[in-house]
Amino acid sequence: MAKLPKVPVVIVGMGWVGGILAAELTKAGVQVVGLERGKSRSTEDYFMDHDELRYARRFELMQDLSKETITFRNTESMRALPMRSYGSFLLGDGLGGAGSHWNGQTHRFLPYDFEIYSQTVDRYGKGKIPAGMQLQDWGITYDEIEPYYDKFEQMAGISGESEANPMLGKRSHPFPTPPMKKTPILQRFEKASKKLGYHPYMIPSANLSENYKNPDGVSRAACQYCGFCERFGCEYGAKADPVVTVIPTAMATGKLEVRTFSNVTEILHDGKKATGVVYINTVTGEEVTQPADVVILGSFVLNNVRLLLSSKLGTPYDRKTGRGTIGRNYAYQVNSGHAVGFYDDEEFSTFMGAGALGMEFDDFNGDNFDHSDLKFLHGAGIRISQNGLRPIENNPAPQGTPTWGKEWKKTTLKYANRVLTVAIQGASLPWKHHYLDLDPTYKDIYGKPLLRITFDFEDQDRELTKFLADKAGEVMKEMGPSHVEVKDKLDPYNIVPYQSTHNTGGVIMGADPETSAVNSYLQMWEAENVFVVGASAFPHNSGYNPTDTVGALAYRAAEGIQKYLKQGGVLV
Amino acid sequence: MLPGLKLGKSSKPARSKEPDESRRKFLKASGMTLGGLVVGGVFGGVLTDSLEKNQAPAPASSKPETSLQDALMFFNQEQFKMTEAAAERIYPVDENGPGAKALGVAFFIDHQLAGPWGYNARDYMMGPFVQAQTTQGEQSRLKRNEMFTLGLEGLKSYCQQKHQKAFTELEGQQQDEVLTAMEKGDKFPMRGVTSSSFFNMLKNLTIEGVYADPLYGGNRNMNGWKMRNFPGNQMSYAQQITKEGLVQIQPKSLQAHMSE
Ligand SMILES: Cc1cc2nc3c(=O)[nH]c(=O)nc-3n(C[C@H](O)[C@H](O)[C@H](O)COP(=O)(O)OP(=O)(O)OC[C@H]3O[C@@H](n4cnc5c(N)ncnc54)[C@H](O)[C@@H]3O)c2cc1C
Ligand code: SF4
Repeated sequence: MAKLPKVPVVIVGMGWVGGILAAELTKAGVQVVGLERGKSRSTEDYFMDHDELRYARRFELMQDLSKETITFRNTESMRALPMRSYGSFLLGDGLGGAGSHWNGQTHRFLPYDFEIYSQTVDRYGKGKIPAGMQLQDWGITYDEIEPYYDKFEQMAGISGESEANPMLGKRSHPFPTPPMKKTPILQRFEKASKKLGYHPYMIPSANLSENYKNPDGVSRAACQYCGFCERFGCEYGAKADPVVTVIPTAMATGKLEVRTFSNVTEILHDGKKATGVVYINTVTGEEVTQPADVVILGSFVLNNVRLLLSSKLGTPYDRKTGRGTIGRNYAYQVNSGHAVGFYDDEEFSTFMGAGALGMEFDDFNGDNFDHSDLKFLHGAGIRISQNGLRPIENNPAPQGTPTWGKEWKKTTLKYANRVLTVAIQGASLPWKHHYLDLDPTYKDIYGKPLLRITFDFEDQDRELTKFLADKAGEVMKEMGPSHVEVKDKLDPYNIVPYQSTHNTGGVIMGADPETSAVNSYLQMWEAENVFVVGASAFPHNSGYNPTDTVGALAYRAAEGIQKYLKQGGVLV
Repeated sequence: MLPGLKLGKSSKPARSKEPDESRRKFLKASGMTLGGLVVGGVFGGVLTDSLEKNQAPAPASSKPETSLQDALMFFNQEQFKMTEAAAERIYPVDENGPGAKALGVAFFIDHQLAGPWGYNARDYMMGPFVQAQTTQGEQSRLKRNEMFTLGLEGLKSYCQQKHQKAFTELEGQQQDEVLTAMEKGDKFPMRGVTSSSFFNMLKNLTIEGVYADPLYGGNRNMNGWKMRNFPGNQMSYAQQITKEGLVQIQPKSLQAHMSE
C-alpha cells in the first residue's frame, strides 16, 4: 500500500460540503487535499444537457449503483434488501456532488427547529411528545447559526424576497439578488393563498435572478428558465453548483489538490484521533494511505455514517439500549401530500421553469400554528413549483382515466399543459427505531458492508400529511381549476418512487455527547480531529430543503477547524 | 507523482471566457444587461436566435419516417413486430397524431435493451437475490433485456394457447384484452418476470420512446412533442416565462446543437 506524505487537511467528498470547506480553509492559507470518488466535471459537459431520458430517467449524474448502494427495510422484522436501481433518493457523484444536479431551493430552517425539544415542552408540556419520538435540541440556536446562513447565501447569490416575513427567522442582510420572476402561475398561487389569509413568498433560489459576482470574486450569469434543472447540470453556471463557485475559489489559491477517482474506504485512527484515510485510486486499483492532521467527512449523510461505522470510529447507536450515537435519528422528508388542479378551459406554459422557481407559505410549518388539538408536531411548507414539466415524466389524467391506450393518450395530451400542483414538503421527526447501521449481508465492490436504512412513515407523518394536504387542496380550489384531486393519504415508505434526496441524521449535533455525535462545530466528541459535516448532523429534518442549513454548518465547521489547527482540543 | 487529477482549465471560473458574436446577439435580444461583465455560460454558439424563430409549430404528421438507422441491435424480427404491435395499442394513432409505430418506438425499445440500461450496467446486481416486500423494489437476478425476452416469450405462448394465433395477427380489440390480462397478472404465466412487471416495463418504454429526444430512435420528427406543444430543447425561456397562457414554440431537438 502506498503511503503519502502527511497533509494538514484531507476532505472526503467534493460536493457542497467539501467545496465550501476547501474554499474557506485554503483562503486561510491551509493546504487541503480533496478526495472525490467520481470524475471531474465542468459546465462544458452539459452540451447535450436538455435530454430528459439521459439525465432524469437514466440518472446520468448520479452515483453508479453497480458499485455501491444502500439496503432498506421498513421495520426491524423485515430483511433489508438492496436498492438495486433508483429510487426514492438520488445520490451525488463526481466533482460538485449532488450540488451539480440539485434544484437550488434555498430555505433556512426556523428558529423553532434548533430548539425543537425545549420549545415543544415549553408550549405543550412533555406529554405532547409521543413515546419513541427522539426529539432533541441542536446545540446551536437560530441566532448563532444566522451569520453562517448569510455566508452561504452571499457565496451562492441566493435570489429572494428580503422583506420580513412573520413566519420566518430574521435576516441580518438582504438576499444578495432579487427574487426570480413571478410568473402568471405563481401570481395565481399568491393571490389564492393571500385571500385565504396566508403569507406567501418567493422561494429563495440558487438559480440566479440576475448576473452576480460573489464576495470571492466569482461571476455567474442569470438563469434562463430553461426547464432542465432538477437532475440536470446548468450549462450557464446560473445554478449555484460547487463546480462554478467554491471549487474554483479554492483552486485559485493554489492550495487545493483535488484527486478524482479516489474512493475512500477507511478512516485510520488510534481510538482517540484519526491519523488519515485509506482510499482506492480507482484508475490504477492501487490502495493509498493519506495521513492528515484533520479529517473532514463531506461524503453525504449515508457515506458519512457508513465510513464511521466500518472504520469503527465513534460508538454505534444501539437501538435496544438507546446508547451510542453513530446511526442515530435517521430522518427524511414527508412530501407525498399534494393537490392537483385540472383546467379544462385554460393552458399554461408549464414546460418552462427553473429548479427553484416557486412560491410557498409557512403558516403551517414548524410551530407557526397551534398544535394543541392536533395529533402531530411540526408541519410543512405549502408550495407551488414551476420547475419545467417534461413529457416522459408528466402525463397527468384525472382519476378513473384508463392507464394506457386510446383514452389515455387523448386525455394526457389534453391535460399536458393544463395541470397545476400545490404540494407540501413536511418535516420528518426522529424515532428510536429509525436508524442506520451496517448491513450484515450485502457489500460494495470493495468488499465493505453496505449501509442499512430502517425507516418507515409513522402516524405522526400520516396525520401531518392529511392536515397539510387538505390545506393545499383549499388553496388549489381557490386557484380556479375545473377539477381538483387531493392526495392526503400517506402510504408506507417505499424505496421505489422518487421522493426527495433530503436524507438526514446519523451523526447528529448537540450539546450532550451522550445523545449527539458532533458538537456545534461538527467536531466529533469521540475524535477531536474529525469533523463530520452535512445533513448527517441534523437531529431531525424540517419542512424545508436542507442545503442552506448544510452550507451554514459547513461555514461554521470551517471556522472551528481553523481554530482547531491553531489550538487543538475540543472546541466547545 | 500523486495519482490525482488536477482540475483542467474548464473548471476555472467562467468569467475568463470571451463571449462570441451569437451570444452577444442573444444577450441583446433577451434584454440582459451585462455592464461589460463577461459571465457564466459555456457554449455561446448555442445561444442563437431561438427567440426570433418562434413561428407557430407545424402539426404532427402521421406519415412514417424511415432512415438508414432503422435496423435492429437486439430483437429478432418476430420480437420486433410483437413489440411494435403492443406499443401501438398502448399509444395508438388517433386524431391527435401518430401512434407508437409511426413514432419509431419499437426501434427505441430495441436500442434501449441493447444498451447499458438493458444490461443493468449501473444497477446493483450482486446477490443474494431474495423475495422482496413491495416497498423494497425489484430484486431480480435477470437483466432487463432478459426479462423483456422472457416477457415476449410469455406473451407469444399466451396468444397461441388462447387464440391459436400470433399477437400480431389478433384484432385490435383482442390485443387490448390480452394486454389487459397481462397488466392485471390474470392467469398470465411468464418465466422470470411477472406479467404485470413486464407490462409496466413495456408501457414505460413506450412512453419514453414517444417523448424522448429523437436521437434515441423514437419520437420521429419530434411528432410526440408536437402533439402536446412541447418545444424540446430550447436554450432560454427568460423572455416568455412571464407571458400568460400557452406560448407556442417551434420545437428543437438536441440535433440542433450539432449544426450551431
Ligand atoms: C435531484 C435533487 C434535487 C435537490 N434539490 C434540492 C433543493 O432544491 N434544495 C436543497 O436544499 N437541496 C436539494 N437537494 C439536496 C442537495 O443536493 C444536498 O443537500 C447537497 O448536495 C448535500 O451536499 P453534500 O456535500 O453533503 O453531499 P453531496 O453534494 O452529495 O456530495 C458528496 C460527495 O462525496 C462523494 N463521496 C461519497 N462517498 C465517497 C467516498 N467514499 N470517497 C470519496 N468521495 C465520496 C460523492 O461522490 C459526492 O461528490 C437535491 C438533491 C437532488 C439529488
Ligand atoms: S433553469 Fe436556470 S439555473 Fe436551471 S439549468 Fe436552466 S438556466 Fe440553469
